[in-house]
Amino acid sequence: MTLTTILIFGVAILFYRLIFQSKARDMVLLVVSAIAVYWLQPAMSVRNLDFWLPTATLALVVLSWIIATPPEGRTWRDNWPAFAALAGVVLLVALTRYLSLTGGIIIPSRPPQTEEVLLALALLGLACWLLMRVKRTLPVLLVGGIVLLVGLLVVIKQPELAQWASAALRSLVGQDASLATSDDIRWLGYSYLAFRLIHTLRDRQTGRLPVVTLQEYVNYAIFFPAFTAGPIDRLERFVKELRAGSLLTGEDFTEGGLRLVVGLFKKFVLADSLAIFALSATNAAQVRSAGWAWVLVLAYTFQIYFDFSGYTDIALGLARWLGFRLPENFNHPYLKPNLTQFWNNWHMTLTQWVRAYYFNPLARAVRSAKKPLPAWLAVFIGQVSTMLVIGLWHGITWNFLIWGAWHGLGLFVHNRWSELTRPLQATLEGHPRWKPIGTGISTLFTFVYVALGWVWFCLPTPALALQVFGKLFGVS
Amino acid sequence: MTERGWAFARNVILKALALLVVFLLVVLAFNPLSGLGKLSLYNFIFPGRLRFPFGEDPQISYNLTINNLDVLFASHQVVQPKAADEYRVFLIGDSSVWGILLRPEQTLAGQLNAMDLHACDGRRMVFYNLGYPTLSLDKDLTILKQAMQYQPDQVIWLVTLESFPGINPQASPLITPPATNPNLPAFLDTLLTERRSIADWYRLQLYGVMWAATGIDQNYPVDYTPAARDLANDPTLNGMAQTDLSSRLSFEPFETGISLLGKVPLWLVNEPILVSDGANSNIRYNFYYPRWAYDQYRTLMAHEVQMHASSAGFLPAFAQTGTPGWHYLDAWNLVPENQFTNSAIHLTPAGESLLAQRIAQELETTCP
Repeated sequence: MTLTTILIFGVAILFYRLIFQSKARDMVLLVVSAIAVYWLQPAMSVRNLDFWLPTATLALVVLSWIIATPPEGRTWRDNWPAFAALAGVVLLVALTRYLSLTGGIIIPSRPPQTEEVLLALALLGLACWLLMRVKRTLPVLLVGGIVLLVGLLVVIKQPELAQWASAALRSLVGQDASLATSDDIRWLGYSYLAFRLIHTLRDRQTGRLPVVTLQEYVNYAIFFPAFTAGPIDRLERFVKELRAGSLLTGEDFTEGGLRLVVGLFKKFVLADSLAIFALSATNAAQVRSAGWAWVLVLAYTFQIYFDFSGYTDIALGLARWLGFRLPENFNHPYLKPNLTQFWNNWHMTLTQWVRAYYFNPLARAVRSAKKPLPAWLAVFIGQVSTMLVIGLWHGITWNFLIWGAWHGLGLFVHNRWSELTRPLQATLEGHPRWKPIGTGISTLFTFVYVALGWVWFCLPTPALALQVFGKLFGVS
Repeated sequence: MTERGWAFARNVILKALALLVVFLLVVLAFNPLSGLGKLSLYNFIFPGRLRFPFGEDPQISYNLTINNLDVLFASHQVVQPKAADEYRVFLIGDSSVWGILLRPEQTLAGQLNAMDLHACDGRRMVFYNLGYPTLSLDKDLTILKQAMQYQPDQVIWLVTLESFPGINPQASPLITPPATNPNLPAFLDTLLTERRSIADWYRLQLYGVMWAATGIDQNYPVDYTPAARDLANDPTLNGMAQTDLSSRLSFEPFETGISLLGKVPLWLVNEPILVSDGANSNIRYNFYYPRWAYDQYRTLMAHEVQMHASSAGFLPAFAQTGTPGWHYLDAWNLVPENQFTNSAIHLTPAGESLLAQRIAQELETTCP
């Protein structure tokens, strides 16, 4: 999100809160969020993809709702306004092609032919109608939905598959497939959307998902302040606040505003300043000395934090103005004395999601296995594989995989170290003077370990990352 | 909704607006950049730059174009105190002196420094690259004027026909005030201009990290469009048909420069140009110059040098024996055409080396 976009959102939200005080408010939120999905989508080289990807976002949300909602909860009578509003937004965006013969009005490029859009809406409507006719929740649909969402995530996150998909799409629209690159498909917000939708489908499988209307579900899935950079909320928590519906209070305004200002400062002053000299694929090979290599790595370490936590603050501030208290994503992660606490305070909603839907089921499966594994091996498998999943969520490349393994191994070593040094820790507890020193050393060690991990994260290839490690430690 | 909460919100907004108004008025009244430009992290936290900041693509060149002389000088190593055994030589001129496509050590100043030359009195000669990529003698003078406070012992001024005010109508942004926006009230326009200047100053300080970390200060593309060898069938100079240039070439900038320099010796160098042997090379030497214009220019320059030397009582060029004065080196065809890069005045490292050797040779002949 650019500064201009954020300011427009802020002003629009204040108007919205002052004008809409009734039930219509949630519908307006849905329409604005749906339009924002199109508006925020960046331009792409594949023709009309900047229209079809946001449309696919809305389609996936609707289909996931149908699959995740029991038949009695998805009545046409209660939900037709949301269906109509979403179809209306799609058509509205499509019809802007008649307002400009060159670029787009809401999306970056001119929308596709109206007939194509109508055909796509008709097909989607038919799919919805058929699924709505299913009189019970079919497990196969839930599993199929999760597989589809994960599959799409894999395709856009794995460079070769993304390039292949781009080539296929280019062929489909009559463009030169040989020009396809892995960067062609930039599906804005999909990583977060997929995890939100998988959460609902999985909770439906386990019977924990509350019944919500399409309007509520769409508002949860594409809530525009959190659409591009999280946090990953939980449906039941979000809907509770949505239903509570509150008037804008002075506290909401000032606390949301403060959060917004802090976020803007973090992102547009601190992070963007640090970005000028933070480690990058370009400067990694150019830096001449170990000292400056450390400066670049530390700049990246703080840049990624201020950038990401700044966006989170902006999302939380805008959401607060809308009357929502989104979950926190960061809590001074670089000041934590060990890696476990770091991960409990860095991108917290992602960690909680992976813990709930991957780590805990895996741990249960390992514990309940017929031949129980040794404790250390169970911990190793659980922690390393969980961090690999988190790494791969960012992108299916060797460097993200190594970054995940770096943290997984770090967590495992910390776990074993804690076991081994338990008597020492008990001794330290009895010496209050020594404890701050121990905590300080641990915090510094954890920070350096995390900072070095970013080298894998930020660079495109292991070879380049190794080159930087060589420079950091004076090994050519 | 609590009334207290809204009262607090109202107070926050009112105070913020009041602070903003005060801030804007302070900016408007005191023009902070005038003092800010002299503040710099260069030569303090980061090493001073070896040439002035200039860059079209900051993210790659770790540099940016700035049109504020104070900021330019504050980031340059020339502001460092002069050592007792140092003989300071300033090189001024256009992009060929600045060194487009060349690393700092490959520029003329860099190559002269690598030669470890010594002045007649035994002091080591240290060459400073004060070139700036605009073809303008007036711009060179502006830089020279500012540079005089840094105690030069000698100045080498590289010029070409396009730098003359009567030939190239484009003024350098270094000496022209930024364009104003007629649609904005004057005070708002000033604020916006200041905002841009302050942001550029701030970014330049941040790029100091990359300068210190990498030594890179411009983009070095592997592929660039080479200077044209096959030329248009066009005998005009910037649209001007063949004519007598004597009335158009003003040598006043040199007179001003010499008066600025006082007793500091000046070397004027007519910088090398690409002499093409491609299509229409019988009409033009290169993209810039038709033969008739450049030939006239060289004749006029030589005449002016002789005139100046006589009237000022200085010895003619190349006959100097250590006396401060005006020296002239016409190096127009010194560099073969295959040693030019993307312009008819931009040299390869080997081309710069040829020029450096020639200048070094001339400098040595001026000793008794």
